[in-house]
Amino acid sequence: MDNNIEKRIQNLRDRLTYLNDIFAGKHRDNAELLEEKLLAFAERVRAEALEDPYAELASVEDLFSYVERRLEDNITAMDRVRIVRHPQRICLRDILENVYDNFTEVGGQDEYSLDPGMLIARAVITRRRGKKTYTQSVMVIGQEKGHGAEYRNGGSVKPWGNAKARQYMRVAETEGIPIHTYIFTPGSFPIEDYPGAAQQIARNIYCMAGLRVPVIAVISEGGSGGAEAIGLADKRLMLSHGYYSVISPEGAAAIEGHLKAGERATPELIEQCAHNLKITAQDNLRFGYIDRVVQEPPLGARPWHFDFFRHLRQEVLRATDEVVISTRTLPVLKGLAMARIRKPDANLDEMYTRWGLSAAAKDRLLAHRQQKFLRLSRLAARDRRPFFTKMAVATWDWASKPWVRFKYDFYRKHQRRIRTFMEEMGNEWDVFKGRLLAPWRRLTRKLPNAKSDAGSTQDLTALSSWSGEGQRKMWNYLSPRYKIDRAVTCPNSAAYGCLDLWGPDLFAEFAGVCSHCGYHFPMEPEWYVKNVFDLGSVFEFNSEIEAGNPLGFPGFDDRILAAQKKTKSKSGCMTFEARIDNIKLVVAMLMGTFRGGSVGAAEGYKFVEAAQRAEKKRYPFLAYVHGTAGIRIQEGTHGVIQMPRCTVAVRRYIESGGLYMVLYDTNSFAGPVASFLGCSPYQFAVRSSNIGFAGPGVIKETTGMDIPPKYHRSYRALSRGHIQGIWDRREIRANLKQALLTIGGRNLYYR
Amino acid sequence: MLDISVVLDEIKAQPFREITIKTPHTGTVTFADIRQGDKVQGPQGQWKEKPGTLIATLERERNPKPIYAGEKGEISVLHTELEGRFVEAGTSLAVVRHPLTRAEVEHIILRKALYLFPAPERAKYYFTPDVDKKIRASDAHSVAVREGMELLIMSRMKREVPLHYSGPSGVIYSVYFKYNENIDAGSPLIGVCPQDQLPAIQDVIMRVQTEWTERD
Repeated sequence: MDNNIEKRIQNLRDRLTYLNDIFAGKHRDNAELLEEKLLAFAERVRAEALEDPYAELASVEDLFSYVERRLEDNITAMDRVRIVRHPQRICLRDILENVYDNFTEVGGQDEYSLDPGMLIARAVITRRRGKKTYTQSVMVIGQEKGHGAEYRNGGSVKPWGNAKARQYMRVAETEGIPIHTYIFTPGSFPIEDYPGAAQQIARNIYCMAGLRVPVIAVISEGGSGGAEAIGLADKRLMLSHGYYSVISPEGAAAIEGHLKAGERATPELIEQCAHNLKITAQDNLRFGYIDRVVQEPPLGARPWHFDFFRHLRQEVLRATDEVVISTRTLPVLKGLAMARIRKPDANLDEMYTRWGLSAAAKDRLLAHRQQKFLRLSRLAARDRRPFFTKMAVATWDWASKPWVRFKYDFYRKHQRRIRTFMEEMGNEWDVFKGRLLAPWRRLTRKLPNAKSDAGSTQDLTALSSWSGEGQRKMWNYLSPRYKIDRAVTCPNSAAYGCLDLWGPDLFAEFAGVCSHCGYHFPMEPEWYVKNVFDLGSVFEFNSEIEAGNPLGFPGFDDRILAAQKKTKSKSGCMTFEARIDNIKLVVAMLMGTFRGGSVGAAEGYKFVEAAQRAEKKRYPFLAYVHGTAGIRIQEGTHGVIQMPRCTVAVRRYIESGGLYMVLYDTNSFAGPVASFLGCSPYQFAVRSSNIGFAGPGVIKETTGMDIPPKYHRSYRALSRGHIQGIWDRREIRANLKQALLTIGGRNLYYR
Repeated sequence: MLDISVVLDEIKAQPFREITIKTPHTGTVTFADIRQGDKVQGPQGQWKEKPGTLIATLERERNPKPIYAGEKGEISVLHTELEGRFVEAGTSLAVVRHPLTRAEVEHIILRKALYLFPAPERAKYYFTPDVDKKIRASDAHSVAVREGMELLIMSRMKREVPLHYSGPSGVIYSVYFKYNENIDAGSPLIGVCPQDQLPAIQDVIMRVQTEWTERD
């Protein structure tokens, strides 16, 4: 038999297995038909009973294509998940070989790499205009799944792999070349070895929020944190058969089904979750979290779809060109260039746009990217503020800008000179006034009821009395649990021999702290609001922004309502202005009592608003994390987009000179820690808190590893360098004040 | 002189240890669903993170406190007459008969047969170079120790001090410290036995290793 025919039969066999795998038992009849045809054809070819085997083969191939096209219409969300995870799916090396003209892998080769799951390459694209050829360099960064290569770990990148990606992003920034990231990851590998999964992702996102080169992301499998680690881009493309989600459908099913460790979710439940999470490219395009969908061949791209690679090359070039052109300032030329490259039949290989940017263009690029992310997902949160309030806020915002500008940009800058000038003027005025009023004073001093200076002298020389702090009663707020009429056992009693604690003592006077070993029992968010900040200084804003159910997740409305009723709060994030010993600051508090403190669109919205308010008012910004279980999975990508969004807001705040501090309490896990909390340069924790990326159950399920008890304790985070210190709950107020004064400095915590 | 075989025979006659489970404080006792003769488990898991079988619950001031079995074994005595009664601290609730494991038997025998030379303070310990050479060349049994011999080097925060052996003469039977590892004050560094007893001890330990059957 002809070798060529054998090869093509093998290819058809692969297509058949692929079809069987991705549909997992569905459309069995179609698969059987194809198998039958293929077997019959192979048999006849072997028997050499065919006159024109090539023509027959072509008809069999046509049949395959026809069936694939027909099945394409019935692809469900879960089928897409199976497509992107299939070993026959295109991987990053295929893209490097077929989309780029040449490349050199850097940062490791195959299994000899810091993390084989993360692949980095310097790639070259050659373009032509007229007779002249141009060579353009890019840094390609992405997860490599390989076609069944086990050591790649399925694109599940370890913390040091993400660190490597960040390092080469910096290199690209230095070299001034664009970055193309390709996201092929089911999620990050959730281990806490240095630098820690959560912390490294946070660093990556923070870095990308300020990268001064164009960044293009292409999403095939976008699994939550692992995807965000390289996903904050100027343009985000998505392959039409990919998925982009907050959690794997299996993980969502495990949470939705309330499964315990070791139990497996049923396929129906997983399928349902995949559908409900709205993870497909079309869904995400509708939400606005991706910019364009790159159409794949029926049933997903595989390495032999060379047309697809050509198409992808065009799309990637177009996206990069668009980003570069969008930084130009001349409106007419910009519009013309944009129109030229946006033409659907334009051949980008025959056009040339310089990818280098001037310093001013880089500023504009950065501003565009940050604004783009800040605008996302606004509509996914329910803003229940009345129309007039909104208008008033907006008007005040607009009207107060000149004053803020004057106060901080002009007055503070020239403060010393202005003050010296004013002082001199004041002195002169006093002298002048003294002379002017001298005759009158001489007269009044001789009157019998004239005051003596004795009182003020005593004020200046006597010791001040011990009032204030000591006079206050110990706590302003007591947990309602102090009424429980029972003793409580400290969890550490086996190890440290703690005696039983009497409930009313523990939750009132002891502030929920074991008096023997210092174990911290969780307290309500109100405890902190009332006891940490000055009494009566707390002013809440944006409380009308409500957590909702933007995806229409079945049954979730009721659960949100129940949480709102329970906590008497509209969302899991409370934002307020407060004072500590008259030091004003803006606080965003994630409350562990509201659905585990999970972060959705409303919480993200409020967090961003709080950061912007702190930036405008030049106050220090504190994120107090009473507890957070991660991103609210029922909001899907509306939730996961809060990771880059809030990080952008935080970065803008820090870069404008603000002091951003994070204080963790109870349990803080996953998305928020891996983005806008973990990126803070000053993070502290309250004793007995747990900090990490994924909980023990998730680690066991995704990696198969058992983790020791106390794996997520804050002390481990401290020794890893994630947090800067561990505080006692009873001393939060004093420590916060100390930190504000020392880190912030005397210029009111603001450069 | 100690006869090792007698020790082994004594252990064989009573191959278990009795552990009395006592109340840590006062309270009302409620027994779990166990009976005399039941098998119980000690703490389990890679890090002993799962507690053993629940024996009883002791409630004081509306704070129920579980009491678990500390070792694997069989309940030989269960004071069911205490069910629902208020008891004092230190009251015996049950006795668990814990069958001795091979390692435990070995430990008992060696503790009787060997002289254990303790670490004077928390530090890292090494043998002096010539002793070290000897141990590497053959084994620890070839090193004879006597009172006042310079045997070890105590290294603490990189400050090294020679340590002299004190105790009965003999040969080193076993070494309990590892290279570059901190040893707490008071824990044994080496076990020493008289030269002539060495074969007897080795023989008994060998017998324990091969003949002792562990019961579940």
